[in-house]
Amino acid sequence: MSEATEPGMEMRQVPAPEWAGEEPLVFELGGDLERGPREVETGVADRPLAELLPGVALRASPAAVPAVPEPVLARHLGRLARRNHNLHQGIYPLGSCTMKYNPVVDEELARLPGFADIHPYQDAGDVQGALQLMWELERLLCEITGMARISLQPAAGAHGEWTGLRMIQAYHAAHEDTHRTRVLIPDSAHGTNPASAALAGLEVVTIRSNADGTVDVADVARHLDSSVAAIMMTNPNTLGVFEKDILEIARIAHEAGALLYYDGANLNALVGLARPGDMGFDVVHLNLHKTFSTPHGGGGPGSGPVGVAEALAAFLPTPTVERDGDRFLLDHDRPQSIGKVRSYYGNFGMLVRAYAYIRAYGSSISAVAENAVLNARYLQSRLRGIFPMAVASDSMHEFVATTKGSRVVGLRALDVAKRLLDYGVYAPTAYFPTTIPEALMFEPTETESMRSLDLLADVCAAIVAEAERDLDHVRGAPYLTPVSRVDEVEAARRPVLRWRRAE
Amino acid sequence: MAYLPNGAAERRQMLEAIGAASVEELFATIPERLRHPRLTLPEPLAEQDLVTELEHLASRNHPLGSLDSFLGAGVYRRYVPAIVRAAIARPEFYTAYTPYQAEASQGTLQTIFEFQSMICELTGMDVANASLYDGATAAAEGVMMAVAQTGRDRVVAAADLHPETLAVIRTYGRGRGVEVVTTDDVSTSVGAGDACAVVALPGFLGTVEELAPVAQAARAVGAISICSADPIACALVTPPGDLGFDITVGDGQPLGVPPSFGGPHLGFMAVRQELMRRMPGRLVGLTHDRHGRRAYTLTLQAREQHIRREKATSNICTNHALTALAATVYMARMGGAGMRRVAEISVQRAHALAGRLSALDGFELAEPARPYLWEFALLVPGDAEEFARAMRHQGIVAGLPLGRFDPDRREQLLVCCTETSTPASLNRYVEAASRFAGPVTVNR
Repeated sequence: MSEATEPGMEMRQVPAPEWAGEEPLVFELGGDLERGPREVETGVADRPLAELLPGVALRASPAAVPAVPEPVLARHLGRLARRNHNLHQGIYPLGSCTMKYNPVVDEELARLPGFADIHPYQDAGDVQGALQLMWELERLLCEITGMARISLQPAAGAHGEWTGLRMIQAYHAAHEDTHRTRVLIPDSAHGTNPASAALAGLEVVTIRSNADGTVDVADVARHLDSSVAAIMMTNPNTLGVFEKDILEIARIAHEAGALLYYDGANLNALVGLARPGDMGFDVVHLNLHKTFSTPHGGGGPGSGPVGVAEALAAFLPTPTVERDGDRFLLDHDRPQSIGKVRSYYGNFGMLVRAYAYIRAYGSSISAVAENAVLNARYLQSRLRGIFPMAVASDSMHEFVATTKGSRVVGLRALDVAKRLLDYGVYAPTAYFPTTIPEALMFEPTETESMRSLDLLADVCAAIVAEAERDLDHVRGAPYLTPVSRVDEVEAARRPVLRWRRAE
Repeated sequence: MAYLPNGAAERRQMLEAIGAASVEELFATIPERLRHPRLTLPEPLAEQDLVTELEHLASRNHPLGSLDSFLGAGVYRRYVPAIVRAAIARPEFYTAYTPYQAEASQGTLQTIFEFQSMICELTGMDVANASLYDGATAAAEGVMMAVAQTGRDRVVAAADLHPETLAVIRTYGRGRGVEVVTTDDVSTSVGAGDACAVVALPGFLGTVEELAPVAQAARAVGAISICSADPIACALVTPPGDLGFDITVGDGQPLGVPPSFGGPHLGFMAVRQELMRRMPGRLVGLTHDRHGRRAYTLTLQAREQHIRREKATSNICTNHALTALAATVYMARMGGAGMRRVAEISVQRAHALAGRLSALDGFELAEPARPYLWEFALLVPGDAEEFARAMRHQGIVAGLPLGRFDPDRREQLLVCCTETSTPASLNRYVEAASRFAGPVTVNR
């Protein structure tokens, strides 16, 4: 076990505070159903609503949402906040999710009135700074990915995937190549890939992985014919392994008339060091909330820009941001566009944060990938004696361990995940990729210190040692979180999805 | 380096532990010719320089708060109580991830459960999900649900749906071979071949129609009825659930989220019980822990992409949890009564402004026979773009020129009032507009 002398970095179980009973729901805090907080006066000569809204049926009574007094609401939120693991508390090693630290300054910048208090329908002359930021962000992301153009519109990675596939369909249609209805997707891919393909109306063909975790080129070649619209790949893949045959795959894909799609979920391993565009990818989506550190927000809002090679630029969603001399403008007149994929122009607030993040690193951005990979490889080296690894190949920014074949027969990934929570450590992604039994997928990111990685490794070692002595105790975890293990079966069998007033 | 905690000494130690001579070695699996592209990127910035740079860009925008703004059209400048901003600025909420490990994520899970519950109360529906991207994609997801539920592939949509919503429904529909037709009279147009009827509350021009007949007509032909609703409107008028709609969707931006140049906002979706398992997106359910205490967890995940892959109800993964938290705090602070009051203030001011403007020579309501809430289409003397430009010179954003969406409405402006449109700004609007009044106008 390594020395851990930095304050707060010693391995210890973190008990839930004494207040951790049941937190009342917002409906149970004694709020007012009849009156809201004091409001401004209308300042005009009020008239009866029946006169202003003739024939419009109004509510008989207000919606049954209580107005909670501010001090009561503040404490409710304060208590709820303390029931969340978060990045200001400790490591969040969720594989594939890239839970890196979110710079505080980016939060402040996005809240500047010049960014937060502007309307999408203001005249271009009133929002030149916003349009310039979007235009510059597109250029920076093009440079980093090696793509010709990027749409900043998609609201999340999955949204970008579907947008990208729609552009691929439009490309084939424009070439009167209308029989390309299938898309090849590796068995280790994120679930969003096949779901996005289905939403685009494409048929999914699953491609096998080799024993080393990479895509089987022969299997790709076998399935490549004139019915294939695209191959979707993640590189490094979800096992954290670089697809070493990527250039060959790109070659045979293009030869068969198919396009190559890059799922940018794992770009953190490559940012500044290698570009999907150079690998032969035609369409790329990015997750700004992963690689470029916009906060995950408890599950969004994210941002999933999608980039394309020159040959697909005509199909980008409308509008695009263009520059005319020193003026920036929105171009809605794009006849070949796939159309709008959401309202307005994108999750602008997230774009501000990502832009700030990229500008902070600038030309040194490859340090992100270097440190992300170094951290992951170091953590993996520390965990090798504790868990078997899913594949023997060298991984990059993330790796998959498994509890299957560990020293303790019957130790499950779920139990390790839950026991980790008792130490104030969030669990790695469990049971993904689905091709690996009892998978634990670790992605520490570049923002963890070596001590933090040592701590995680020490905790894992302690849990396995504990399981050797007393497996049942580990299976009963967690003990020290605000609630103990949650009954997911009850939740699914008898779904209660809302509060209801007792009859 | 910006946000990297390890120094040279740690990096050396770590390389040693890995057994690598250099960081470069860790990238050896990448073919040589792909490594180290020459990138043209600006120099790194110190935090102070970064702030200066971004403040400069922000200063090239004119925030609504520095103007008298009467822009609405789907994005509203409503007053946001300070506690809303304080809540979403807490790192416990904004730096957390999707609450996969329920035991360490009860804070996020409970606020989502509260969000779902309050959206149900507001819309009059049975079940709501944890949020979607925005109102337009929520409507498109609702349409896709209806297509899956009915096995039909035609959609009848009200012509006065928000143009962005209509455009997004069309884009989603094209992928699945779904035809979208628009009409001014949905209830008589919806037929046995249709998957759904989609209407808006209020319409894009701020008007409110009688919508219950649409829900009835859709039900009679086995189609799903979908209402795209403004949440503040739902606090004032009879909500879609009470009108008989099967699905209510909408944009939650008016609930405590700043305009932010169009995003991030949040979409919401609430449905009848029977459609629960067809809903896209995350759902949080109430359950118990081993000690029998109330606890919350993500549930009914068999609908979702990470379990069902290509058979999922949608491809959505990340939703808009943090803006949904803003909406949760907003709703809890305002209550149903507070939101209704905000709606009433907006109605009173809009009608007062409309009355004063239409009293000016050359100005009149474009839809005088249709009741409206806090937005109205105003006929102005001459071209609305020119009028808006001239008003802008007075520091007034007079509204949205409607010719951008409909060439027949080139002389119309969509004008919006909320509780942030002060009585003084109303006076300034009328005074500035009166200079354009008169019997003789250009281009008319």
